[in-house]
Amino acid sequence: MRRPAGRASYTYAVARGFDPAQIAGLRGVDDTKVYLVPYADIVAAVSSVPLAEFDEAALRVKLERLEWLEAVARAHHAVVDAVAACSVTLPFRLATVYHGDERVTEVLRQAYRRFRGALDRLAGRVELGVKVSTDPEAMISAAPARTSGGVPSPASPSPGKDYLRRRREQHRQRDDAWRQAAAVAERVETTLAELAVDTRHHRPQDPRLSGARGENVLNAAYLVDAERAEELATAAKGLDRQAPGARVEVTGPWAPYSFALPDEALPQGGDGRVGPA
Amino acid sequence: MKRSPRGRFANREVALVDLLDRLLAGGLVLTGDLTLAIADVDLVHISLRALITSIKADM
Repeated sequence: MRRPAGRASYTYAVARGFDPAQIAGLRGVDDTKVYLVPYADIVAAVSSVPLAEFDEAALRVKLERLEWLEAVARAHHAVVDAVAACSVTLPFRLATVYHGDERVTEVLRQAYRRFRGALDRLAGRVELGVKVSTDPEAMISAAPARTSGGVPSPASPSPGKDYLRRRREQHRQRDDAWRQAAAVAERVETTLAELAVDTRHHRPQDPRLSGARGENVLNAAYLVDAERAEELATAAKGLDRQAPGARVEVTGPWAPYSFALPDEALPQGGDGRVGPA
Repeated sequence: MKRSPRGRFANREVALVDLLDRLLAGGLVLTGDLTLAIADVDLVHISLRALITSIKADM
């Protein structure tokens, strides 16, 4: 079990088998060479990383360092994207690491039916992200009130009243923007549900992370047949600026990260179950 | 090191926050040999804390 000086197999995704020459030269996390571990008609995209860099203790520390997290996330994503350009792809979550390729083969063997089922469901489909947020522009007029809030202006005959009036206005504008964004989000959901095969909701993005893009009301992912992706993106963008307080943003196409899990929760620890043949 | 983009998944620069939604809350979760204990929500929590801390440090 313990291999202190060893290497580990960082696993990016599982895909239907394809010619490894298509990803020749592809580099993954830590600038390691990406290769395919085959089993039957599926493959895992893997690279060999230093075990010491990716064991649990190391990850706990490193995940707190943004530069490391971002570098690994972008490297992981680049590999998933490259593989998805070659074949139908089931992306793995960040930092799925095994003790060597034999273990990867073992996992492919044990979960083969599950992987095949997922790949069949994802074939020919892509993920699009659609976010609905309140428009930061709609709240700009409300912002200055905050800076002068506690300090009565000597020029004003009734600074207290002015302050309260500004605060009320500020709240009203924010509530308006929120209401408008929520209404647009509802329309987005109704409209896109007809075009999409499946929908997932991510938790709303923290405005501290997304910058000054307003308050995130809807953070959804849509699984869509590739040939309808443009139509879905156009429909979503068509709902942008339908209300002054709401913005709609489309991201992707993504490899189907948000749809790598089936609807019902997976049985924990059930990966080894193959079932009767 | 950078590869040329291929097909419809050309590797455009994507916002980190959108990427982390997918890589930390999406993607297939298997019981990796090394990541068992931090496979799920913990990872999201840790990373968001890291992000927020780093953004605060920038200000």
